[in-house]
This record gives sequence, structure tokens and C-alpha cells, in this order.
Amino acid sequence: MTTRPPFPAPVTPQPVLDVQHVSLRFGNTQIFEDLSFQVTRGASVAVVGPNGAGKTVLFRALIGAIPVEGTIRWAPGIRLGYVPQKLDIARDVPITGFDFLHAQAVAHRLSDAAMAEVLDDVGLSPRAAADSIGSLSGGQFQRLLVAFALLGNPDVLLLDELTAGIDEIGQVQLNELVHGLQKSRGLTLLIISHDLSVVHRYSTDVLCLNRRRAYFGPPRAVLTSDVLTEIYGAPVAFHVHDH
Amino acid sequence: MTIEALVLPVAMAIAAGLVGCFAVMRRMALAADALSHVALPGIGVALALHVHPVFGATAMLLFGGLIVWSLEDRSRLATETIIGVIFSAALAVGSMLTGGDELIEALLGGASGTPSLTEIGFGLLTATIVVVFVLRRRHALVVALVSRDIASTMGIDIRRLELLYMEMFALTVALGLRYLGVLLMGSLIIIPAATAKRLSRNLNEMLMIATLLAVAVTLAGTGLASWLNKPSGPLIVILAATLFFLGLFRKERRAP
Repeated sequence: MTTRPPFPAPVTPQPVLDVQHVSLRFGNTQIFEDLSFQVTRGASVAVVGPNGAGKTVLFRALIGAIPVEGTIRWAPGIRLGYVPQKLDIARDVPITGFDFLHAQAVAHRLSDAAMAEVLDDVGLSPRAAADSIGSLSGGQFQRLLVAFALLGNPDVLLLDELTAGIDEIGQVQLNELVHGLQKSRGLTLLIISHDLSVVHRYSTDVLCLNRRRAYFGPPRAVLTSDVLTEIYGAPVAFHVHDH
Repeated sequence: MTIEALVLPVAMAIAAGLVGCFAVMRRMALAADALSHVALPGIGVALALHVHPVFGATAMLLFGGLIVWSLEDRSRLATETIIGVIFSAALAVGSMLTGGDELIEALLGGASGTPSLTEIGFGLLTATIVVVFVLRRRHALVVALVSRDIASTMGIDIRRLELLYMEMFALTVALGLRYLGVLLMGSLIIIPAATAKRLSRNLNEMLMIATLLAVAVTLAGTGLASWLNKPSGPLIVILAATLFFLGLFRKERRAP
């Protein structure tokens, strides 16, 4: 499998992330093969593809949690913030939002004021952060995870289906929040999403993959009916917001 | 009962309360309980070699901690089955190696006589290591509890943290063998923390409540045992379990 840019990729001297010829197998199952792409500073890259395409596995490989063949190279000194889709914690433990944030604050020697600031940035009240994380709504919990990531002062945010399981208004608010933060903090974004309309609206680049093929390039070039039909195995329709 | 005789059980209970909070939140109550059984063959071998039993038990427990840690990445069912088999076998082998009164004492606690200076020194050192570890690493343990992947992006070495935690757990079991024995020490780690989990609103409350409960039931159980002339282990666990059920009742009443 080769990642074929539909357009010649612009030459950038120093990408934030350089992925070259990355392959991964779990036993007999090929997850991806010879995957290559580059992410420039300040880009908003959406990773799309059908269920089981290896999107989450790719993110876990990018953060170094899974070893792969090939090269994954982050620019020197880059700090990552990661919001996973699946968490390990049970909902019934008495861990509050503040307990969780405090762990990041201690690691970076930050004051309580820094915690209050990121809570304000993500629109989560201190009252909600003082509750156990199991009692937060889906949207509040995702905001807490984003706040945790921001507290580490990241250069790059990796968000794995941030809006999954959240009502439509909540999804719009979260998308606005993330892209507002990207602008205000100059972040590079890597986002796994199922919502192609949102991808089309916000992304500078799209990585569209299944287990056999991957395409990387600007949304207008990658999110074509031909590519989507090939990757998803069936025609995919989505609404494009033009601005 | 002298103050000196109370120092060691209090130190043991503080370590048990703190370590237990993360064991309960990580849902490893079964592994925790089974791990304590591995101390028995260590005690048997130590007695045969005329070494203090606590050293044989500690060595075997540290080895048991390594086994649980190395199995943790496997699927849950496989892990529970393997842990169940290994540690039951350890209990069986240990029962063959240890005999008579020593076996009952090793199983249920309540060792006769006052602890030697070596035992007190070793116990206090071990308890200090465990308490310092949990308090210093509690933030990293919380992140690992929420998401191992997030912890990785923060540069936390998860596997190392988990190994250290398992060995702290093993050391805590070793600390309590004199008072609760290999069958019941796991319970003093799990039950006060499980009670605290239901009564707490945040991590610090949970750590504090679990520690206070563990100390309270240990002191009360040890006192009752010497008054009734019974082994201390069963009394400590009965008291801990009673408080757990009272905690359940309180939580149910508070629910809307």
C-alpha cells in the first residue's frame, strides 16, 4: 500500500510530524502497510476511514504506545496532548476532575491558577471539575480531557473521536472550541472523525485510509466520491458547508 | 499492650490503607487476595533454613508481584485463571512445607511473642517505603488509572510504575503477615479501601478514610484478640467487613 497524494505535496522544510513507510501487523492481520505522510506546523489533519481501518491504532503508534516498522519522527521538542476515545478508568471511582488535572499540574510544576485558566479556556466550571469524573456528562468529560491536554502546553493535539456519543449541539460546540483553541494557541491538530462534513469544513489535510490503501491531501482532493467509495467500499454522501 | 507493640501494626495499617485505594480502583481485588497466599511457601522454606519467616515471605511475595505484573497485559480471563491456579498451588505447597502451630499462625496471623528489633526495623522501613511511594506517585497512578496512553504521552514509564506498584503491594502483604496471616492480609488491603471508595468524594478523602479505617480496625482487632485470647487476623477482618456493610447502608440511604 502506498500513500498517494492526489496533488504533489507542497515541500515543507521542517514538518512537525514525518511518517515514512510505516507498517504494522497484529499477528496475521495487516493494520497498515507502507504508510507515509507529513504534517506541517499549524495544520489541521483529519484521519477518516471505516471502522477497523486502524485509525486509533495509528494514533497510538504516533504517541509511541505501539512499536511499528518504519519511521515516525516528531520535530525536536514537540509536546503532544492526546485525548483518547477509550479510557481505562471505571466510572464509579472517587477521582475528581481536579484530581486528574492536578496530576498534569504537578508534572509541569503549575499553579492552581493555571488549572483555573484551562478550565475557563475549555468552558468547564470549577464546580463540575470538583465532581467525580464519573458524574460528568459526555461533553463535560471531553472538555476535561482537552483541559488536561492543554495544561501540558502542547504543540500538537491528537483527538480521537472527540465528539462521539455527544448530542448534536454539543458536537458543534466542541468542534468550535477545538478550532478556536487551535487559532488562539497556534496548535497543530490531528483528529480522528466520522463526520465528513466537519472534516471538510475544518481540515487543511485529510488522511483517508482503510487496511489496503491510504490517501493524503487537502479535503477537496481526497474527499472525492471515487476515493470515498474505494476506501469505505460503498458510496458515502456528506454535506459540504461552503463559506 | 505496650506502645512499642502498636507501632508496627499501625505502620502496617497505614501502608495497607494507601496501597489498597489503587488496588480497588484498578479492580485487582482478586489478584491482590491471591497474591498473599504465595507467602506461605516462603515462610515454610525460611523456617526450614532457620531464617526469620518474614524474610522468606517477603522474597516470595516480591516474586509473586513480578508474576502478577507480567500477566497484567494479557486478557483479563486468562490472567485471573492463571493467578488463581498459581497462588492456590503456592498455598498448597506452603501448607506441606509448614506444619503444626506455625501453619495456623502463618495462615491466620496472631504470632506469639513481641516482634524482635530486626522485625520492627524491617517493618518500619518497609512501611515507610510503601507510604512514600504511594504519596509521591499518586498523581502518576491517577493518570495511569484514567488512561495508560495519556500517561505515555506525559513521559510516564507505565510498565515500570505498575511493577513498582505491585512490589509495594507485595511488601504491604509481607508487613501484615504477623497480624493477619497469608489468608487474610489481602482483605485488610482491599476492604478499608473499598469502604472508603463509597464514602469519598475525591482522591485525598479516599486515601485518608481508607488509612483511618485500616488503622482503626487493626488496633481494635488486635486489642480484642488479646482480650479474647484469639488470633488477631479474623477479628480485624470481621471489623473491617462490618464497617464496609455499614458504609453500604449509608450510601444507599443517601441515594435519591
